[in-house]
Amino acid sequence: MASITFREVEGSSLKYWLLFGALGLFVLFGALAWNHMHHYGHVVTGMDNQIVWGLPHVFAVFLIVAASGALNVASIASVFNKPMYKPLAPLSAILALALLAGGLLVLVLDLGRSDRLIVAMTNFNLKSMFTWNVFLYSGFFVLVGIYLWTMLDRSVKSWTKTAGTAAFLWRLILTTGTGSLFGFLISRELYGTGLLAPMFIIMSFAYGLAIYLMVLAAAYAWTGRPLGDAVMLRLKTLLAVFVAAVLYFVAVHHGTNLYFTKAHAVEAFILRDGGAITSLFWVGQILIGCVLPLVILLTALGRQRSWLMIACALVILGGIAQMYVTIIGAQAYPLDMFPGFKASSSFFDGEVHPYSPSTPELFLGLGGVAVALLMTTFAVKVLRLLPVSLDDATVAKLEQH
Amino acid sequence: MNELKTMSEQVPQSAERRRFVGAAAAVAGLTVVPGVMLYEVANARPEDQPASSAVRWGMLVDATRCASGCSDCVSACSTENGWTPVAQSEHPRQAPQWIRKLQLEDPLTQAQINLPMLCQHCAEPPCVDVCPTGASFKRADGIVLVNRHTCIGCRYCMMACPYKARSLVHEPLNDTQKPDVPRGMGCVEACTFCVQKVDRGDGTTACAEACAAAGHNAILFGDLNDPESEISKRLRELPTKQVRADLKLNLGVRYHGI
Amino acid sequence: MTGKMKSVLALGAVVLTTAALAWAGAEAQPKAGGAPKPVITKAVKGEHCVEDTEYMRRNHMKLLLVHRDRTVLQGVRTPKHSLKGCIDCHASEATGSVAAAKEDFCVSCHSYAAVKIDCFECHSTKPQGSAAMHPLHADAASVEAMAGISR
Repeated sequence: MASITFREVEGSSLKYWLLFGALGLFVLFGALAWNHMHHYGHVVTGMDNQIVWGLPHVFAVFLIVAASGALNVASIASVFNKPMYKPLAPLSAILALALLAGGLLVLVLDLGRSDRLIVAMTNFNLKSMFTWNVFLYSGFFVLVGIYLWTMLDRSVKSWTKTAGTAAFLWRLILTTGTGSLFGFLISRELYGTGLLAPMFIIMSFAYGLAIYLMVLAAAYAWTGRPLGDAVMLRLKTLLAVFVAAVLYFVAVHHGTNLYFTKAHAVEAFILRDGGAITSLFWVGQILIGCVLPLVILLTALGRQRSWLMIACALVILGGIAQMYVTIIGAQAYPLDMFPGFKASSSFFDGEVHPYSPSTPELFLGLGGVAVALLMTTFAVKVLRLLPVSLDDATVAKLEQH
Repeated sequence: MNELKTMSEQVPQSAERRRFVGAAAAVAGLTVVPGVMLYEVANARPEDQPASSAVRWGMLVDATRCASGCSDCVSACSTENGWTPVAQSEHPRQAPQWIRKLQLEDPLTQAQINLPMLCQHCAEPPCVDVCPTGASFKRADGIVLVNRHTCIGCRYCMMACPYKARSLVHEPLNDTQKPDVPRGMGCVEACTFCVQKVDRGDGTTACAEACAAAGHNAILFGDLNDPESEISKRLRELPTKQVRADLKLNLGVRYHGI
Repeated sequence: MTGKMKSVLALGAVVLTTAALAWAGAEAQPKAGGAPKPVITKAVKGEHCVEDTEYMRRNHMKLLLVHRDRTVLQGVRTPKHSLKGCIDCHASEATGSVAAAKEDFCVSCHSYAAVKIDCFECHSTKPQGSAAMHPLHADAASVEAMAGISR
């Protein structure tokens, strides 16, 4: 087998430290936002007793979903034995760890009592999907960590496939768990369906790959290492398949609801009458997140590096919009406790709940993104994660074996 | 007569006093004080005994008696449990509401229904299922509570509750809590069936007392497991429904007239 | 394992060890000059505590923890070993609270010992009702009640 040389990123240029500093600044903003929320309470957020999960959850769940998706490239290499993907695997694994860490940090810092994290780590209710997620996240860190070790340390190289397979299976369960956080909720019309679990898995494929592609391209462009089209175009096609699959799941989810009379009202809210939520659905989730990327990826445009990057960025933005619609949209629609009656109360029963995220929430969410990117930036400097060259000739040699 | 009045007014309000008048009341009180007292003493468990599953506390709400525009139950709850009434809150959207008046209208017939909505104290509570730390729990006597010592404020229970019964405390309370009702910023809370009153043997809740005092008698609190309790008798006579009965959560609160 | 990785791990180990030593050192060192000693005011009510003072100083948290779970989970609200019981007797006469001012009973010791408590994030720091209602003052309370009845 042709050998590939991995080398740390030099990381001494001004550009590197500027990137490092900029990300660090956002981490700092995130920390300040948390401190503000923690000191004054959730009263300083846009969240209330109607919209109980807000923008931080949108970011957190997006990052957690994307984390498991980012591992895909590595899984293709190790589990499905595609030699071309092998040099791409270490970055895939580290990105998965970093995104999960960023997402969990946001999730944890948005708790009403974020100072009591130790309680969450020592008291478990095994019937709770959240508890299962705590185990799934921890297991993911361990398994992907071991997997990364087998890739970086020659003495345990023979275990790569085993570790990779374990990590792959685990990540499927993990995203099932994330989807089931919502899928296991009986009270809201848009949740309470097993469909959310596979839907979240396919979403993770798309978001994770889009983020991976952008990070890969950025890392190679900024370090001046060659990155050939062979790699990028292969991954481009894969991204198109994933995005199309997301669109399919969204269509099935809403199509099913549209058939059920009891869900007509909530569907009308999301698809037609929901104002900002409706715009986010059609423009954000469908147009920006699915249709435009598909147009780019499936036409000649996608062969150009810059257009491919635009498509990836659109998938990411669309993904955040999709999370927003999934999490906020479902809460904004009032609970129907007395079917057939119009309800009103001092607790805003029977009315659509407005939500406008506050600045601290936005910065807390962005802080999570920054943590993930900062970890990746640091990791590529201290660990041998990136091949010196991914030009077409190097990759072609891998393919022959 | 003057003496008796003083006695009956004081006893239900004071846990401490029960300790010394309890024995006397059990003997003497039974015969002389108004009807409320009879149930109190009958339901009282010794204070060093844990709540027992032999009892299941429940509530019967007669919506046909619930007056439009009356919110005495809500005020009484707020006073008893120390949460700020929403009208006085600086942040009404974020203010906790343990109990609220719901107005329902049938769009076709314009028929109107008034009722108080509160934690339904499910036998199969979704909030308890989803709580990651086990802070949401159901006591042996069926009361669903939040253990604030282990609540991390994740609000998953609020996502799971089909009745929107729970609130997060969004802002600091600055030592305004009642000694019997600890509450705190960042924790989730809801109706407790006035567990502090239940534990001291009052056998009723603040909302039920207030509703009776207003002369509506739309709220009846009692032991669903005791076939001889007032609530069990009334439940046998009146047709009642559970809210979102389709979820089969087996609610502790039953409504008549919905 | 690569050399770089090893050095990163080694660095981590050094940092952690130093931190741990600094931590341990801080505990062992006697206070130079010293923080202000806690003001321990005798309880306003009652002849003596529910347990020996020496025992309570070391173990009150254990008693509170056990009682807390019994109260919250099982509804057992006996006054002995309850936080409410502590507050009933130890609330200061000046503030009527155990944690409102720096000299108040709980705060005074806890700030000296640098042990953060979050009891009063949720619990009221003040006793319920008037002083005469206190359970340890059942006699006084009954006298008052009798007075009320005969009035």
